[in-house]
Amino acid sequence: MDIFLQQILNGLVQGSVYALVALGYTMVYGILGLINFAHGEVVMVGAMVALTVSQLLLATGLPPLLVLLIALMVAAAACMVLGYGIERIAYRPLRNAPRLAPLITAIGVSIVLQNLAMIFWGREYHAFPQLLPNGLHTLGGAVINDVQLIIMLVALLMMTGLMLLVHRTRLGRAMRAVAENPSAAMLMGVDINRVISVTFMLGSALAAVAGIMVSANYGIVHYYMGSILGLKAFTAAVLGGIGNLRGAMLGGVLLGLIESLGAGYIGDLSGGFFGSNYQDVFAFFVLIAVLIFRPSGLLGERVAERA
Amino acid sequence: MNLGKFPYCKKCNAWRVFAVLAIVLLALPFVTDALLGRGWVRIADFALLYIMLALGLNIVVGYAGLLDLGYVAFFAVGAYNYALLSSPQFGLHWPVWVVLPLGGLLAGFFGVLLGAPTLRLRGDYLAIVTLGFGEIIRIFLNNLNAPVNVTNGPQGISMIDPVQSGGISLGSTQQVFGITLPSVHLYYYLFLCFTLLVIFVSLRLENSRIGRAWMAIREDEVAAEAMGINTRNIKLLAFSMGATFGGLSGGLFAGFQGFISPESFSLTESVMILCMVVLGGMGNIGGVILGGVLLVLLPEALRNGAGPVQQWLFGKTLVDPESLRMLLFGLALVVVMLVRPAGLWPSTQRRRELSDDDDDVVKQELESVYGSSK
Repeated sequence: MDIFLQQILNGLVQGSVYALVALGYTMVYGILGLINFAHGEVVMVGAMVALTVSQLLLATGLPPLLVLLIALMVAAAACMVLGYGIERIAYRPLRNAPRLAPLITAIGVSIVLQNLAMIFWGREYHAFPQLLPNGLHTLGGAVINDVQLIIMLVALLMMTGLMLLVHRTRLGRAMRAVAENPSAAMLMGVDINRVISVTFMLGSALAAVAGIMVSANYGIVHYYMGSILGLKAFTAAVLGGIGNLRGAMLGGVLLGLIESLGAGYIGDLSGGFFGSNYQDVFAFFVLIAVLIFRPSGLLGERVAERA
Repeated sequence: MNLGKFPYCKKCNAWRVFAVLAIVLLALPFVTDALLGRGWVRIADFALLYIMLALGLNIVVGYAGLLDLGYVAFFAVGAYNYALLSSPQFGLHWPVWVVLPLGGLLAGFFGVLLGAPTLRLRGDYLAIVTLGFGEIIRIFLNNLNAPVNVTNGPQGISMIDPVQSGGISLGSTQQVFGITLPSVHLYYYLFLCFTLLVIFVSLRLENSRIGRAWMAIREDEVAAEAMGINTRNIKLLAFSMGATFGGLSGGLFAGFQGFISPESFSLTESVMILCMVVLGGMGNIGGVILGGVLLVLLPEALRNGAGPVQQWLFGKTLVDPESLRMLLFGLALVVVMLVRPAGLWPSTQRRRELSDDDDDVVKQELESVYGSSK
């Protein structure tokens, strides 16, 4: 029983990170109908910037919590600039181009970012400084540490904030209008370009937070960390129904749970034939199964019919 | 026999163009060997291999308009099929004439296996499912060394038999009509034959009933269905046809390399092949070939150029050449797509469909029917 609970907790922690990154994918997709393949690299850049800032500040002897806050701010700001720049350079000129053209520029941008990071920060694994207390708590036989608790809490906070922003503010209404019908929104006086830029910046800020969460949880930063995380988060967004904010959150948490439960139980289920190294296979099988029965994801309402 | 006019150059005599092309292609390995060294002949071999892959993916993405992000899985199926059936792994050494077609068939079967449940999905949902399928295949290859050792896991399979038949092996130097042909040259000619076959099949498919059905589905699936096209079967056909080409090139790859491991079949490879198709010009055979050649040659040229140019500019190596080369490669992808969003050499039919100017369309149609000369 305690193993089960432990896997659930691990899954929730992992899932909240996926959910934050998935929100970035789904917001952009909802508005532009575009898979932003460079989003995973934005997560990586966020983590790297936070690493550098916190290393610099820790040397001056500031208290760790303050360092974390400043690092978070700087990383989020840097990623917002980056997200804005990516949209401006690689996507905006191609808004009326064939559908696959922006996909290729996205791949190009992601290759560029990855190699820039490799040039700046090197190929090696960096240890992320420990900025949060790491007390352990036992919860019905399962163990959870402070970092993991804070990750879940912050993720919950960010998601609530985003939902409020999208559903309660003027900007949120503009975003929903552009997602529904860009030309109609433009005729109603919505500045589409500004809304799209803001969407990219919001998604990138969430990505920065997610990047710091992953690094704090595992204590490791690496120039390659973005691609696999981005892939998982994209899967999560599709699982929940891409373009749908609640879907991205649900998909993220579900994917985290599937993965950790899969890793924990796949060996017993298959009589020891499959080990935990098949956890990704398990996740993708669930995804395919879900899509066969619900072709537009769990919460997706309509199938995008863009040619 | 009169072949008529060469399609891309209305004034040229088709026979003359083909003759020049044939001489260039036949002489290429010798010229490259003499000017640039043996390594570049190997790169030419890989360029041909990737052209085959890109043309296979072009059927799925370019003709039928189905975004496939896991195409390398079929390449892997073909390669592992060859490796398992003719290497010391199981002690099997089946003849290449059995193994290669079998790899194509097996890959085609996997294409149907993937396509049958998922082709109801549209656009980007299909993309993620194919991506997942590619990853599933790769993870299986990586882990099927326990409890029963099938694929030898991450170490991969080595000592794979070269392509050989009737006592002649392409893995060693051969004498043909008094000309000494090293192994890479032999493989070049083998791959050239297969590439020409794939080009021929693609060309015939493009103008066939099936090809037109694919394009109808690409432009508007609902309308295509209303016209009586069985969209499910036709889409499945595109998937399995593309997969077959992938499996065939996979077998050739395994024989050529003599060693394969799951590392060669990562998502990056799928993405690279997709880039060749889109960058060159989706749906246009010439464009796809151009994309394949460019994306194989560009990183290699940058590999050899990035270090020395830095030396020359700054007097020392400032940036790791490997990173710099991929950085420039990424930049090139972005710039090319920004300058030419439809690809370097887009298909004329698509251009005609996308053109706003009706008079222009009519003129082009008349030209294509009656020829440009009055």
